[in-house]
Formats: sequence, structure tokens, C-alpha cells
Amino acid sequence: MARKNQKTKRKAEAKQSMAVVQAKKNGQSPSFWGWRRENDRVGVRNHVVILPLDDLSNAACEAVANNIKGTLALPHAYGRLQFGEDLELLFRTLIGTGANPNVAAVVVIGIEDQWTKRVVDGIKKTGKPVVGFGIEGNGDLMTIAKASRAAKDFLQWASELHREQCDLSELWVSTKCGESDTTTGLASCPSVGNMYDKLIPLGIYGVFGETSEITGGEHLAKARAANKRVGEKWMKVWQAYENEVIQAHKTNDLSDSQPTKGNIAGGLTTIEEKALGNLEKIGRECKYIDVLAPAETPRNGPGLYYMDTSSAAAECVTLMAAAGYAVHTFPTGQGNVIGNPIVPVIKITGNPRTVRTMSEHVDVDVSGILRRDMTIPQAGDALIEMIVRTANGRLTAAEALGHREYVMTKLYRSA
Amino acid sequence: METPQLLVHDKKDSVGVVVVEGLKAGTDMLCVVTADNSSFKLKSRMDVPIGHKVALVDIKKGDTIWKYGQDIGIAKAKIRKGEHLHVHNVKTKRW
Repeated sequence: MARKNQKTKRKAEAKQSMAVVQAKKNGQSPSFWGWRRENDRVGVRNHVVILPLDDLSNAACEAVANNIKGTLALPHAYGRLQFGEDLELLFRTLIGTGANPNVAAVVVIGIEDQWTKRVVDGIKKTGKPVVGFGIEGNGDLMTIAKASRAAKDFLQWASELHREQCDLSELWVSTKCGESDTTTGLASCPSVGNMYDKLIPLGIYGVFGETSEITGGEHLAKARAANKRVGEKWMKVWQAYENEVIQAHKTNDLSDSQPTKGNIAGGLTTIEEKALGNLEKIGRECKYIDVLAPAETPRNGPGLYYMDTSSAAAECVTLMAAAGYAVHTFPTGQGNVIGNPIVPVIKITGNPRTVRTMSEHVDVDVSGILRRDMTIPQAGDALIEMIVRTANGRLTAAEALGHREYVMTKLYRSA
Repeated sequence: METPQLLVHDKKDSVGVVVVEGLKAGTDMLCVVTADNSSFKLKSRMDVPIGHKVALVDIKKGDTIWKYGQDIGIAKAKIRKGEHLHVHNVKTKRW
């Protein structure tokens, strides 16, 4: 009987992360050190962001960030004359970026005051310090002078904020893979899936997306919805992309674009094969509880979410960061080098050639899975350990290398 | 465990993935099915790069290709057991 109990216990522990098992043995719950913001969300970075409303304001934002060392300008390409859902997405992305708990305070600069104010007001709802400046009637130089003074005050204020110990369940972890190959489906994506299988039951928020790249695996994605209603909602999103984008514009195999040239070089042959590898990221047991619009903040409590996103790495990570996710896990096969300005992007690869040729980009090496000297649960544990270290302040490879890709998703030809 | 040259996701699959660099034609590959850790031997008929696929069975033109126990496309040509299988002889069924 005792032996049976021990076996059951071991079996239960195998489903949990070693970090979690160890913490519980020490009588603690698993935790990390983060900054608790005014709205009670917890961030793992403490950025003061200089946020342009539009492309015209990039220069002033970059000048402010150059004046006030340690602040971060986020130049981007859009923000003029958009309308409809395309404009709403721009606002959601800008406001969400400012509202992300990895951001302590925000200075917004726009060409004119009204849309600038809309972004400021949106970010203000979090309770964090935010101020906006319009360029028209002032010129770049006056705007830069005023914005630089505000940025300096914010930066010095933020520099005195302290990290506090937070329960692991307060962490929001997103995922999206890139430059995939057959090793991502064998090793790095299942490592992320194992991490979610272990951390989602603890109460974290997770998210996956990439609507176009699930083509070929849509039956499996639909089946992983928590209930029929959510599954139908997912199918509607996927079908809309299929009808409005793929069928309207395809040539062959997603117009010579999917799988990408890098995917094909890495051995992926069809979009179906790519989709099946991609879906390994949601593990064996997780079910997604809702389907989010791009950059939409989840509102149904802890759990795994699906977000309707672009499959391009920088666009997707930008959208997930705007939804409030604080750490990103990024499996790659051939070596996608992407980062994000406000969210640490953890790279995981199982491809031994990529580990050998691009080691400076790799945070978690799971190539042992291919040699059968590492199991997927062990790889999941290694990833969880790296997530906690990253949350505690370890800079990711992408952060150390200065990867700050901040890319708006454009829905259609508005403007 | 001895290091395998080829990994197969599912028992039902008709392809496996080369997981070592510089695989040469004629290699007697150790193949492991990750779903249940079972193994078998297969001779590679070609040099195949890491990450690329090898047919586990003789495949006729028009046959469905199985990986992860799922349909990943259709054979555009005859593919013999042990041969390299990729965009030159397999395509999506989607379009």
C-alpha cells in the first residue's frame, strides 16, 4: 500500500515542475521577484517608455530617449489616417504596450493632441504615471524639451521602485515560435507545451496564436477549446482568415510564403506539418478558455487563451505584450533572432546545428531531446527555471543583443 | 541509450526526421518512435540533412503522408523506403 502511495505521488510529481515540487518541499509556494504595479499586475522589467502615437513622432521620442538615459523609445511605422478596426487595433496596441506591467511610466508624443490624449487616457486607467505631448503648435524642439523633463522625473521615480516576492501564479507567459523546422515539433515546442501543462494548473495566464499557421491543424486546435462555444468562436476566427485572406490571395502553398524558405531549408514540407509542430506548444492537457482579438487583454481569469494574431514573429509578440503578457517563450529551429522592447523573449531550440552556429541567441538548449538524453518533462523544467530566472532579472539573449522589434499589425488598407 | 539518427513521432507515421548532422547514404539508422520509445533499424538510401525526412515505407504517387499520426500532405511521385522526402516529392493537399 505504502509503495502504491509512493508511486502515485511520484506520478503526480512528474506532472509538476521540479521547481514547484522543490518549493513545496521547503514549505513555500513557487515565486519570483517582480514589480507590483498600481493595478496589482506584476511586471518583470521596469521600463520608462517614450511612446510615439504615430510615425511622425518617432524622431521626437528618440531624441527624448537620447536625452534621458535609461528610457526607451518605441518607434513604429503607423498611426496616421487609419480607420475602423485597423485604427482600434492601433490604439489597443499602443495603450496595451503602455499598460503592460513591465512598464513603470510612459511619456506619449503625438503629432496632435486629441489622439495623443486618447492613448494617455487609456494608459492612465492602470494608475501608472503617464503624460502626453502634441507637436503641432510647439515644434519638435519645444516638445522634446518638455517631454525630456517629464521623462527624467519618471525615470528617477521608477529607479526607486523595488521588486517584491510574488507568487508564480501572478506571471503571464506568452508563446509563439519562429523559423521553425522539424526539430521544433520534436523538441522546443513540446518543451513549451510541458511548461504550460505544469504552470497553467498553478494559475498563470498563457496565450498562443498564429491564425494562419494553424492551417492544417485546425481540427486539433478546435478540439483543444475548453468548451463547444469557445471552439466555435475559434473556428470562426480561423475560417475568416481562410476566406478573406488565404483564399482571396493564395497562389500555391500559401503563396510561396508558408512554409517559409527557412522552414523548408529546415525540413518542413507542408503547412499541415508546420501546424502540427506549432500546436505542440500547448502541451497535452491545457485547454484554451477564450479567443482574444489581437492585443486584447484576457478577462476570464487565469488559464490558457488563444489570440487571433499574425504569424510574423515581431507582430505577434508585440500583440501579446500589448495584451499584458510579461514573459515570452519562443521556440525556434533554424534560429529566429527576434526580441521585444518591453517583454523578455526566451529562445528555446532543439536543433543542435543552431546551438552550434548561433549559440549567442539561445537561452534554453533542449537538443538533448533529439539525442534521447533529455526528456520533454526535463526540458519543460529547464524552461520553467529559465522563466523564473528571467522574471527575476536575468537578461535574455535577445535583450543582451539589443533586439527590440516593435511592430504594429496592419489589418487592411485603411489610411 | 544509444543516440538515434532518426526520430518518428507516431506508430502510424510513414516518415521520420533525421536528427543528426551529416547523415550519409547507406547508414543503418537507429530509429526511435517518441510516442512509445520503441525502436527499429532502417537503411538510408541518400545523404539527408538534419531535420529532413526519410520515408519509412514504400510510398506510391498519390499516397497520403503521415506524421504525428496526422495527414501532412500527398506524394507527388513514387518514394522508396529510406529515400529523402521533401518539397520535391510531397505537397500540401490544401491548394
